[in-house]
Amino acid sequence: METGLLFQLVLNGLIVGALYGVVAMSFVLIYKASQVVNFAQGEFMLIGAWACWWLLTYWQLPFWIGFPVALAFMTVFGVVLQVTVLRPLIGEPVISVIMATVGLSIFFQALMKWMFGVFAQPFPAIFPVERIRIMGLEVQSVYLLSIALSLMIMLGFWWFFNFSKHGLAMRATAFDQQVAQSLGISVPQVFAMSWAISAVVSAVAGVVVGVVSGVSSGLSFYGIKVFPAVILGGLDSVVGAMLGGIIVGLLENLAQYVDSQWLNWGNMTNIAPFYALIIILLIKPYGLFGTKNIERV
Amino acid sequence: MALAPAGEFHASYRADMTIMPTRNSRRALLLGIVLLCFAPLVLGRYELGLLINIGFMGIAALGLNILVGFTGQISIGHAAFFGVGAFLSAYLHERFHIPVILCIPLAGLGSAVVGLVFGLPAARLKGLYLAIATLAAQFILEDFFARAQWFTGGVSGRMTEAVELFGIRFDREESYFYVVLAFTIIMFVMAANLMRTRDGRALIAVRDHYLSAEVMGINLAYYRTLSFAISSFYAGIGGALYAHYLFFVSVEAFNILFSIQFLAMVIIGGLGSVMGSLMGAAFMVLMPEGVQALADMLAGGWIDRTLKLGASISFLREMAIGAAIILFLVFEPDGLAHRWKQIKAYWKLYPFSH
Repeated sequence: METGLLFQLVLNGLIVGALYGVVAMSFVLIYKASQVVNFAQGEFMLIGAWACWWLLTYWQLPFWIGFPVALAFMTVFGVVLQVTVLRPLIGEPVISVIMATVGLSIFFQALMKWMFGVFAQPFPAIFPVERIRIMGLEVQSVYLLSIALSLMIMLGFWWFFNFSKHGLAMRATAFDQQVAQSLGISVPQVFAMSWAISAVVSAVAGVVVGVVSGVSSGLSFYGIKVFPAVILGGLDSVVGAMLGGIIVGLLENLAQYVDSQWLNWGNMTNIAPFYALIIILLIKPYGLFGTKNIERV
Repeated sequence: MALAPAGEFHASYRADMTIMPTRNSRRALLLGIVLLCFAPLVLGRYELGLLINIGFMGIAALGLNILVGFTGQISIGHAAFFGVGAFLSAYLHERFHIPVILCIPLAGLGSAVVGLVFGLPAARLKGLYLAIATLAAQFILEDFFARAQWFTGGVSGRMTEAVELFGIRFDREESYFYVVLAFTIIMFVMAANLMRTRDGRALIAVRDHYLSAEVMGINLAYYRTLSFAISSFYAGIGGALYAHYLFFVSVEAFNILFSIQFLAMVIIGGLGSVMGSLMGAAFMVLMPEGVQALADMLAGGWIDRTLKLGASISFLREMAIGAAIILFLVFEPDGLAHRWKQIKAYWKLYPFSH
């Protein structure tokens, strides 16, 4: 038993888990507002990170200009995607919509590989990389920054859904589209806005991961890791998504610890969340905080 | 009756349920099969290889169509079941020395059992929950393939043997073509017949309105699981045919992209259409050839130089798959089979089509 390693892994789990949580929240945002399961969430991260990387390296823009420009691009991108691909599919069966987002996911993944290559590209040094010691553990300053950012995004979401006009409109739409429309909320606008916000938030997470470990097509795997997180937390719960993300991050790292100490199977980091996913679906398919969908015949 | 009447005039249930509405349609089908039998005499090995691909992909796509198109369940892990069939057939032959021709249906049955295991959650889940569960199945099985050395040969993959029957080795495109053709015909006739039976109609009822279906006395859990097993059976047969065509099965082949390709075949061919599955498979097998041809045509020109087409042909193919899925869903949601029906309907009423 190496307690040092265990603590380090738990800390890693919290850091990665917070990022999963952020992506999961933006996934839940789309699902709540427009009932679309977005299989292309990871590609939002990928596109955002590559856009920012391209602005910073090719155009040599400073971070404080390049980053907002990339986010502005993602806003437009999210709206355009919703209007061109998802809007014509409103009213189609769930399966069609799922498959459309699967199509989007593989299209953009290949497009990014085509445009930027398959190798990981490091971000130019934006923040000084320092190692800080907390309670005997070595932590890179970038990781602390990423946790702080995740917390800020969470707070932002909380404020948005509870106090802002648009956030309340979004909740109303999620609750009942017809009633929301009769109260003067423009449902198409809410849909477009949810995609825009989701794209932007995912892009922020993408840039954070990119700054820490370089931009590569591996980023889109975060989009798949989102599923265990959201199923665990409940598909339509923002808090659940965050918590689910952190649990999945911890689970991954603990699985790796168990594996490295006793089992030696290898690859448990990536597979453990999916085993958990199947078990949750069997015993509690609506997750910890999800709305129970009761059907009476 | 040689020609179809200009409308629906069926007087009996039997006439309504028939697969071949007229004598001519039966003749056309038989003629088509006879013509295909002469294909190895005319076509080159490359073209035959494409036809063989269409055959086993079509079988697997048909399985997915039974699940997605007829039962309304979704699976993003079809390639994993295809892989189970491929490895199982090779394993059974090597370990127990069962003749390869028997290994193929046995591999189908084995895949069906694996499908049952992963289909058990499907009895309770539907729609997006099921999509996510099958996504998990895809990753778990993929991980299992990479780990189970005894079964898959691990990273180095597994060699397979050629089909042998009556002393003939079907180890070349010219001869293997007939094996695939026979299996394709059997599997497609079986599926077309399945949809006319009580069980097939129950599957369709589950898709159209599962609450009403349950009220009518259809056991939802049973039929959802059954549909998963049938779909995996077809995938297993397709996978086994694939394994004995290439003589080598690699662990990396059955990734999520392959699963999405099967979904694309089903969407492009037409959800809930038996022949559509074959059309979709043909489209998906021929599309990369089209992309390649386009890239070759542009090779050397300024478009090629600025966009680096030649070096990134595999990405272009992936993009084409994604784009095909989206475009078909937005502009032709009923797929090629629907378009084909419209063409037939046009000729049925020819001079008075409006």
